[in-house]
Amino acid sequence: MVRRPIPRVKHRRTKQRSSAGGPAGRLGTATTRTAALRKAQSADTKQARPKARPAPQRRSCEGLLHHERFRYGALPIMKRGKKRGGRPLQTNRREEQLGQLQNGVERPPSGNGNGSGSRRSTQPGGGDKRQSLPTAEANSRPAPSGNGCPGNGCRFTSVASEAEGLLGRLAMAEHGPYLPHEPGYGLYQPGYGLFDDQTPDPDHRMLACQNAKAYLLQSSLTSGLNLYDHLVNVLTKILDERPANPVDIFENISKDVKAAQFQKKMDTLRDEHEILPSFESAEIRRNLFFKSDAGDEEREEELGEIPLPNVMETAFYFEQGGIGLSRDETYLIFLALKKLVSVQPIQTCRFWGRILGREKNYIIAEVQFREGEEEEETEEEEVIDEGDKRMDEVEDEDEEKEKNEPPKSTYKPPPVIPKEENGTGANKHVYFVCNEPGEPWVKLPPVTPAQIVCARKIKKFFTGRLDAPIVSFPPFPGNEANYLRAQIARISAGTHVSPLGYYRFSEEEGDEDEEGGGGRDDYEENPDFEPLSAFEMVESLSTWVHHVPSILKQGRCVWFNPLQKTEEEEGEEEEEEKDEVPDELQQETGPPLLTPLSEDEGIQNIPAWTVSLSTRLIPQYAVAILRSNRWPGAYAFACGTKFGNIYFGWGHKYSLGNHTPALPPPVQPEYPNGPEIREAADPTVEEELAFKAAQEQKALEGMEGEEEEEEEEFEEDEEEEEEDD
Amino acid sequence: MEPAALPTALQLAASGDTGLSLEKRAALGASLLLLQRDYRFERVWFWGCIQGVRGTYYIAQGLGPDLAAPRSRLYSLNCVEWSLLPPATVEMVEQAALLKGLFQGDPSFEYEYAEVNAEDDERFLEDGKELTIKEENRLVATIEQIDRAVGIIPRRAFMKTPLGSVHENRNFEGLSLTEAKKLSSYFHFTEPVNLKNKTLLEKADLDPSTDFLDSLEHDVPQAVKCKYAENLIQRFLWWDIPLKKCYQFGFLLLFCFWSSE
Repeated sequence: MVRRPIPRVKHRRTKQRSSAGGPAGRLGTATTRTAALRKAQSADTKQARPKARPAPQRRSCEGLLHHERFRYGALPIMKRGKKRGGRPLQTNRREEQLGQLQNGVERPPSGNGNGSGSRRSTQPGGGDKRQSLPTAEANSRPAPSGNGCPGNGCRFTSVASEAEGLLGRLAMAEHGPYLPHEPGYGLYQPGYGLFDDQTPDPDHRMLACQNAKAYLLQSSLTSGLNLYDHLVNVLTKILDERPANPVDIFENISKDVKAAQFQKKMDTLRDEHEILPSFESAEIRRNLFFKSDAGDEEREEELGEIPLPNVMETAFYFEQGGIGLSRDETYLIFLALKKLVSVQPIQTCRFWGRILGREKNYIIAEVQFREGEEEEETEEEEVIDEGDKRMDEVEDEDEEKEKNEPPKSTYKPPPVIPKEENGTGANKHVYFVCNEPGEPWVKLPPVTPAQIVCARKIKKFFTGRLDAPIVSFPPFPGNEANYLRAQIARISAGTHVSPLGYYRFSEEEGDEDEEGGGGRDDYEENPDFEPLSAFEMVESLSTWVHHVPSILKQGRCVWFNPLQKTEEEEGEEEEEEKDEVPDELQQETGPPLLTPLSEDEGIQNIPAWTVSLSTRLIPQYAVAILRSNRWPGAYAFACGTKFGNIYFGWGHKYSLGNHTPALPPPVQPEYPNGPEIREAADPTVEEELAFKAAQEQKALEGMEGEEEEEEEEFEEDEEEEEEDD
Repeated sequence: MEPAALPTALQLAASGDTGLSLEKRAALGASLLLLQRDYRFERVWFWGCIQGVRGTYYIAQGLGPDLAAPRSRLYSLNCVEWSLLPPATVEMVEQAALLKGLFQGDPSFEYEYAEVNAEDDERFLEDGKELTIKEENRLVATIEQIDRAVGIIPRRAFMKTPLGSVHENRNFEGLSLTEAKKLSSYFHFTEPVNLKNKTLLEKADLDPSTDFLDSLEHDVPQAVKCKYAENLIQRFLWWDIPLKKCYQFGFLLLFCFWSSE
C-alpha cells in the first residue's frame, strides 16, 4: 500500500488569506484542495477495494443537498472489515471527534501535525490512511468552516462556527467546503461569519470562544450538570438511537438524558445515618439544661425571692393522688418555667396545667408581671383603635359619594362590652403557653367578654397550633389562642380553690359602700392560717373556697352597664330616632369571692366536686384531693399549709349528652305577610273575557234567580274575590 | 398491661390524670400476681380505671392461652380485693346505652329510668317491673364497648394458628418508625367486620396468620379516635421506644375516659 501523503492544508490567518483575492480566489483553493483530497481517496478506493461498495456511497459533495450531507451513511467510509496494522478499522470516529472536542478545542483539529489524524499518519504501515483521511478531513473541516482560523493550529473558532462546526464534524466530516451555490456558504468564509463584525480581532474571538466554552462548561448548582456535557450526551443519544423526527422530540430526549443522570448520593458501602424527628425534640429539651448567663444569676441573688414556684413539690403532692405527669416531664416543665422567669419580668409564676390537643398539647404557665411591665399591650390596643377610626372615615366618604342609597337599616348592634383591665377580673393573670418544654413561651392575649360568651356556646378540640382558626357557630371572635385563653379563664374561675382561711379579704375602707362593686376583689394570704387536717378537708366541702372571682353571664367578673352613656353618646342619640326603648339591664351578680364549694351546683344528681384522700392506710400523711366534676381534669390538693390547683384535660366543661352546636336562627322575614302583600297571578285575557261572558250570562239568568243561581253567583263572587286578590 | 411494665407505660401515656397513685401502683404489682395464681390465668393485664363520683373502679383482665377467647374481667375499688364481673350480653349493652352521666362509684347502685321513651319501655319492661340497671352491669357494658372501640394491637403482634386460637408472636420486635405512623399497621382486637367485605385483590395481599383483624384505616369517624392514637404514638416516637408491647398500651388509652354516655 503506497503511502500517500496527506495533502497538507495550511490554514493561515485572514490577513494572509485575503491576499488570495476574495471568495473566488479562496474558492479556487478550496476546490483544488478538495479535488486533491478526493483524488487521493478515489485512488485508494480503486486500488485497495475492488469490492468496494458501488458508487452511491462515494459521492462527491457536489450536487448533494445540504441536508443530505448529514446522513451518516453518505460519508464515504471505505473500509469495512479489513484490519490493518492491528488497529480497529471502524473506529468510532464520532467519539474521537467528541473526544477531541471535549478535551478542548485547544488541540488544533487540523490534520497536519497534531491531533489524532497526525497520530494515525505516523502509524507503521500507514494503515488507516483512508481512515485517517476522513479524520484528517474531519480535522481539516474547521479550516474552511472556521473562517479566519489563525495559523497553523486552528485553535479557536468563533462561537457560531464552533457550534456548527461541532455538528459539522460529527456528520459531515467528509464534505468539502461549501460551494458558492450552497446555502451557508458565506458563513464559512473568513470574514463573513455571523459574528465577525462583532469580534473583529482574532484575539477577541479567541477570548470569546474561551468564554463561551467556559460558560457552557459551568456546572449548575442545583443539579451538578453542565450544558456542554449535557448537549454532548443528548447528541450522542440521538445519533445512537436515530429516532424519527428528532427535532420534534428533542426536549423529551433532553429530559430523558437528564433523568438517566441521576445518581444517588449514598455510598453503597455505608448506610446513611438516619435523622429521626426525635433528635430535634431532644435537642430542644437539652437546651433547657444549659445555665443562663452569669448576669442572670446575679440578678436572681439580688432579688432574694425567686418568683419560680417549687413545681416538683407540688407535683409530689399531686402524685400522691395519682395526678400529674411523669417525674421526668415535670422536671422539664420546671426548667422551662425557670427559663420563662429569667426572660420575662415576672413577679409570681405558677404551673397552671396542661391542655391536650389533637396534634400537640399546651403547657400553660400562669404569671403575674411586676408592676409597670405591661405597656406593650396597651400600645397594640391603641393601634387597633386608630385603625378602626380610619376605617370609619373611609366609610363616611363612601357614603357621601353614593346618592342613591338604600334605606339605612335601623339595626343597632348590641353594645360591645369592654374587656377588663389587665390585672383585674378575668385578666388578672397573664398566661404563657408552649407546646413542649423547651420551646419558647408565647404570651396569650387578654380575654374579652365576647370571647367568653361565645366560648360557652361552642365546644372545639384544640389542635395545638395557636394560630389555627376556630370555625364554629356562633362564630368565635378570634383564633385558637383566644379560645384557649377564654377556656383558661373559665376553668380558673370555676375550679381554682383553696382551703378555707388561707386567703382573707384585705381590709380597706369604703369597700362596702360602693355601688355595683360586686363584692370585694382583693384578697391576701392570711398569716394566721391554721390548716385543717386532711380528714377534715375531705369530710365536707365547706372547708374549701373559691379564690378566683366567677365570671358573670356578661363575660366579665365585674358587671359593666352598657347603657351607661357618656356625654357624646347621649348627644348622638338625641338626633337619631329611637325606635326601640332599651331594656333596663339588671345588674348581674355572681357569687362573691371566697365562697365555699358546698354552694356549687352540681349537674343533675352529680355533685360539683369529688373529694378523696390520697391514702386511707396512712391518714397522718394523707393528702386531700379534690376533683371537679364540672370541669373534668381540674384538681386541687391540700396538705397542711400547702395547697395547689392544676388542670390536666381537654379544656372542656362536662356535658351530659353530646354537644349539639347551636343552630343558626331562622331566616328573618323581610316584611309582614298579609293579604295586601300576598302575590297572586293576574288574570289572563281569556279569563277576563270568560269572566265578562259569565257575568253577562248571570245578568241574563239572574232575574230568574233561584237558589242554584244564587249559589252560582256565590261561587262566581268567590272567584271574583280570588281574581281580585 | 402487665404489672411489671406499668411504670414505663404510665410514664409514656401520662396525659395528666392516670388515676394511679403510687400506693395503688404498688398494690397492683402484688394483687395482680395473686389474681393470676388464684384464677389460674395465664396472664393478667391491668385494663385501666373508670372514675366515678364517689369512687374509682380499677379493672383487670385475665387471659388464658388463647388471646381471642372471651376474657374474664375483674374490678376492684382499692386495687387489693378483686371481684369477677359477669360476661357482657347484648341486653346489657343496650340498656347501658340509655344511661347518661358519670358512674356513681358504688357497684350496687341501681339506676332508675324516669325519662325513657314509651317504645323503649315496651321493649324492656317485662312483668311490669320498673326498669333498673345495676351499676355493675353498666360497668360491664361500658368496658365491653370501650374494648370494642379502642382496643388496638400493632400488626404482626398476634398470630392466628390454623386451629383458630390466637397467640402472641414471639418474633415481633416492634414497628419501625414509618410503620408506626401509619394507621394501617394497627388492628382492632375484636371480631373482624370488614374482612369479608374486602375484594379478592385486597385479600390476596393479606397474610391469614397475621391479618385476621380489622385495620384502623377504614374507621369512621377517623379524626377523633385515631388522632388520639396518633398522639400516643407520637409520644412513643418521642421516647424512641420500640412498640413491642403496643397492644398493652392500647388499653392504656382507656384511662382518660370518663364514661359519660
